Amino acid sequence: MEYQSKLETVLRGIALLLVVVFFMFPIFWIFLMSLQTNETILRVPPSINFEPTLSNYRALITGKLETSAASLEINFLRNLWNSVFLSVASVALALLLGVPAAYAFARHKFKGSEDIAFTLLSFRFAPPLLVLLPLSLYFQKMGLADTYLGLIWVYQLICLPLILWIVRGYFEDISPDIEYAYRVAGHSWFSTFRKIALPLAGPGIAAAGLLAFIFAWNNFIFALVLASADKQPVTVGALAFITASGIQYGQIAAAIVMSIAPTLALALYAQKYLVEGLSLGAVKG
Amino acid sequence: MSDVHLDIQQVDKIYGSGDAAVHAVKGLSMAVRKGEITSLLGSSGCGKTSTLRMIAGFESVSKGIIKLAGRELNNLAPVKRNVAMAFEGYSLYPPLTINDNIAFALKASKLNTKEIASKVSEVAEMLEITDILGRYPSSVSGGQQQRASLGRALVRDADLHLLDEPMGQLEPQLRALLRGRIKHYIKENGLTAILVTHDQAEANALSDRIAVMEGGYLQQFESPQKLKDHPANLFTGTFVGEPPMNVFEASVERDSNSVRFELDNDVCLTYDAADFSTNVIQAALSLKHVVIGVRPYAIKRTSNGIKASVVANHWLGDQSHIAATLAGQSVILVEHDRAPDKSGDEIYIKLDPDNIHLFDRESGAAISHGAELAQ
Repeated sequence: MEYQSKLETVLRGIALLLVVVFFMFPIFWIFLMSLQTNETILRVPPSINFEPTLSNYRALITGKLETSAASLEINFLRNLWNSVFLSVASVALALLLGVPAAYAFARHKFKGSEDIAFTLLSFRFAPPLLVLLPLSLYFQKMGLADTYLGLIWVYQLICLPLILWIVRGYFEDISPDIEYAYRVAGHSWFSTFRKIALPLAGPGIAAAGLLAFIFAWNNFIFALVLASADKQPVTVGALAFITASGIQYGQIAAAIVMSIAPTLALALYAQKYLVEGLSLGAVKG
Repeated sequence: MSDVHLDIQQVDKIYGSGDAAVHAVKGLSMAVRKGEITSLLGSSGCGKTSTLRMIAGFESVSKGIIKLAGRELNNLAPVKRNVAMAFEGYSLYPPLTINDNIAFALKASKLNTKEIASKVSEVAEMLEITDILGRYPSSVSGGQQQRASLGRALVRDADLHLLDEPMGQLEPQLRALLRGRIKHYIKENGLTAILVTHDQAEANALSDRIAVMEGGYLQQFESPQKLKDHPANLFTGTFVGEPPMNVFEASVERDSNSVRFELDNDVCLTYDAADFSTNVIQAALSLKHVVIGVRPYAIKRTSNGIKASVVANHWLGDQSHIAATLAGQSVILVEHDRAPDKSGDEIYIKLDPDNIHLFDRESGAAISHGAELAQ
C-alpha cells in the first residue's frame, strides 16, 4: 500500500464525495419526488420539507391514476413486465448468437470475415426511424407487428452488434496458445471453447450482456412504432403520465424508481461477477 | 532408416497468399529417431517455430508430409496427434493451480490419482517448483510459470515432446542446472523431444542433433560437435559457435610447393602445399575466390606470424576475448589465460592449416575442413 499523508486522505475523500453527489443527486431527488404529490413537487422554491406519501406507488400498482380532473387507467406493471421480458429475452438470444460468432471472428480469419463483422456493426449506424417505417410495413405483412417475437427480433439490432464486438475483443485477448495447450492435451475444439475460452472471456461476456440489457431496457422508438399498448415497455408506457390535466411528476418519479430497480439489481449482481472473473487470473502473457 | 520416429518430408509452410504470402519453411526434410533430442536452432523468423506448430497441428502444412510413429499427421486434429508441447508464452490455464495445470493432461490418461500425484511431484521437484504447486499462475513469476508449462509437457506420456524456447525466461544459473536434469529426465523416460531455441549453449547441452535453420531452409542437421568441426556452409560456420567464426575473403594462388591466400591490404597467408590434400587445393584454385573461416580459439600467437592490432581485450573470468584488426577486418581471439594486451598493441598470430575452413565465396558451401575436402 502506498503511503498517504492525512491531507491527501482528506482531499481524496472530498473529491470522492463531490463525484458521488454529482452523480447521485438527480436520483436522490427523483426518489424524493416519488414520495410527494404534484403540488409539493411544483412548489417554488423547492424544499425537502414535505409529508411523504406512497400514493404515487399505490396508483402505479393499482393501475388507477388520479389526476385533479379525472381518474385514468394506466398499465404500468404490465409495461414493467414487458420491459423485463423483452430485455431478458433479447439479451439471451443475442448472447446465444453473438458469443459463438464473436469467437469465430476472433479466432478464424476467413475470407470476408471483417466485412461481415463490420456489416453487423453498421446496423447501429442507421437512424432507427429510417429503418422503422418500412420495417413496420413488412412486419404487418409478416404478422410480426405487435408480437414479442417481432420486438425481440428488432432488439437484436441493438444487442447483437454490441455483444459481438465487445466479446470478440475479449476472445482476442486470450492467448490462442492456452487453447492450443488444451487441445494438444486431448480435447476437441468445442470442449476447448466451452472449458477454456468461455470461462476466460466470462467477465467480458457479463459486461457486454449488461450493457446490451441496459440499451434494450432504455429503448423507446422500436416499441413505440412496432407494439401496441399491451406489449409496450416502460419507456413507452411513461407517455401515459402526460395527461390532459398536466404531467404527473410524482407518478413519473415513482415509475422511474420502479423501473431503475431491475437494472440496478442486475448491475450490482453482475459487478460482483465481473470482479470475481477478473481476479481469477491474468489472461495475457 | 527403420527407426525413424518423426519423418518430415519436403515440407513447406506459406502464410497468406498472393503478394502478401510469407514463405516461412522451404522444402524441409528431416528424420528424427526415437529417443532422440533434437534442437531447431536459428535466429528469429528462420521457420523453427512454424515447423514446431505444424508438427503440433496448430498450423496447416502447405506442402509435404509429416509422419509420426508411422502415422501421417497432415490431416489429424491436434487432439489425435499424441504430442505434448511446452509453449514459449507458458499458456497455463488461469483458473487452475500450478499443480492442477501439470496434472491436467494426465487426468485424461488411465493413471490413478496416486500415480498422477507422484508423477507431478517428480517433475515439480526436478524443475524446483514444488513450493508453488498450490498457487495460481497469476501469482507466480514468469520463470516459475515457464517451468510449470515445461512440467505440464514433460509429465505426459506422448509420442513426441515439443518444447518451444522452454527456458527463455529463466536466470542463467537455473538454466544451467535444469539443462542437465531435463536431459536426464528425457533420456530416462525414453521420450523423443524437439526443442526450439535460439540459445546455442542450450542446444549444445541438450541435443543429440541440432537442425540449424535460416531463411526457412534447413542449413545442416548434425551432432553439436560435427556442426562445429564440419560446418556445411558459411552460415552454419558463422552462426554456430560463440564467439563466432572469423572469416576473411581471399584469392588463392599456387606456387610449385606452396599455397597462398591473398587477403585485403596485402596480407598473405602462405602454407606448404603438403598441408592440404591435392583435392582441396584443386577445388580452391578452381574457384579462385574463397572465404577462410577460423574459430577464435584456434588462432594462436607466434613471433613470426602475421601482424594484427588489438582493439579491445576483455577478461571474462575464465577466458580472454581479444578483438583485433587483421587485413582491415575484425578478428576475435579466445585465450584461456589472462592476456595482457591493451588497445593499440600489436600482436603476431598464425592460422594453423588444420583449423582452417574454406568456403565457396559465391554459394557459401564448405570446400574443406583442415586438410580434408568437405563432404
